[in-house]
Amino acid sequence: MAKRKAVVLQNECVACGTCVKTCPLQTISIYKGMFAEIGSKCVGCGKCASVCPASVIMIEEVQA
Amino acid sequence: MTKTKKWYDYMWIISATYLILGFFNILFAWIGLLCFFIPLLLAIFGGDKIYCNRFCGRGQLFDLLGNKLHLSRKKNIPKFLRSKWFRYGFLTFFMLMFCNMLFTTYLVFTGTNSLKEVVTLLWTLRLPWHWANHSTTVTPWVAQFAFGFYSVMLTSTVLGLITMLLFQPRSWCVYCPMGTMTQLICKAKYAKEEAQHTCHVCTTCNSCNSCGNQRNCEVTYQTEEG
Ligand code: SF4
Ligand code: SF4
Repeated sequence: MAKRKAVVLQNECVACGTCVKTCPLQTISIYKGMFAEIGSKCVGCGKCASVCPASVIMIEEVQA
Repeated sequence: MTKTKKWYDYMWIISATYLILGFFNILFAWIGLLCFFIPLLLAIFGGDKIYCNRFCGRGQLFDLLGNKLHLSRKKNIPKFLRSKWFRYGFLTFFMLMFCNMLFTTYLVFTGTNSLKEVVTLLWTLRLPWHWANHSTTVTPWVAQFAFGFYSVMLTSTVLGLITMLLFQPRSWCVYCPMGTMTQLICKAKYAKEEAQHTCHVCTTCNSCNSCGNQRNCEVTYQTEEG
């Protein structure tokens, strides 16, 4: 099965931090108040994508 | 999901209390200036949006209403509401209205106009609010500013509540003028830092991205942002 990972459209992210609070693995951080950055621990659960008020997180398949 | 709550996870109580207090005594509205200055100072000196990310009581309040009380439809926000022109446009409009409010206060200060005991909702609806003015001891402009500032806070809360119901709980955060402003400050601050930055890999980085290492060389971010 292909691995999944969250990807942020950083140019449209409003850096609100809603995703940071939601991620069960606490692997998201806000980079210098500009946009969200997904950390390496991401398992692609999609929780962040479902709460993002700007809808700028996509869950994408990544090659293993 | 057993994250321990920190003290700053209860800031929503302050936000709710603020709105209630203003109903009884308008002078409490002055406290709201903290929601203006704290995020700005944290962005200017700290270079991040820690206020939005951690402390913003309003965001927490919308989160609670939308998620805990299931009041939100949790739909995607329409694309135009999250577009840059809307966000920057709303910020501009908001600041203009803010200046207008300051001017009204100034007119009361100079005695040109008399104090109006109304809270203006959505910049148009004038709600009677005279019961909240017990301020015979303060000069009229102090009360006028309080009425004006409370109007700003109530209006933005109402807008936030509407988008909380219609879209995601924290939809307000997408077009919140303070959030937009602090993000702009952070971006400007970062651009300034980057202008002085020298790459570790090449001596003169022209953002070619051939190093492909965003971790070591943050310059690559600039090309994405541009
Ligand atoms: S929730 Fe969405 S808009 Fe907010 S910081 Fe995360 S990715 Fe950005
Ligand atoms: S997809 Fe899940 S694990 Fe990955 S960043 Fe989002 S919430 Fe965290």
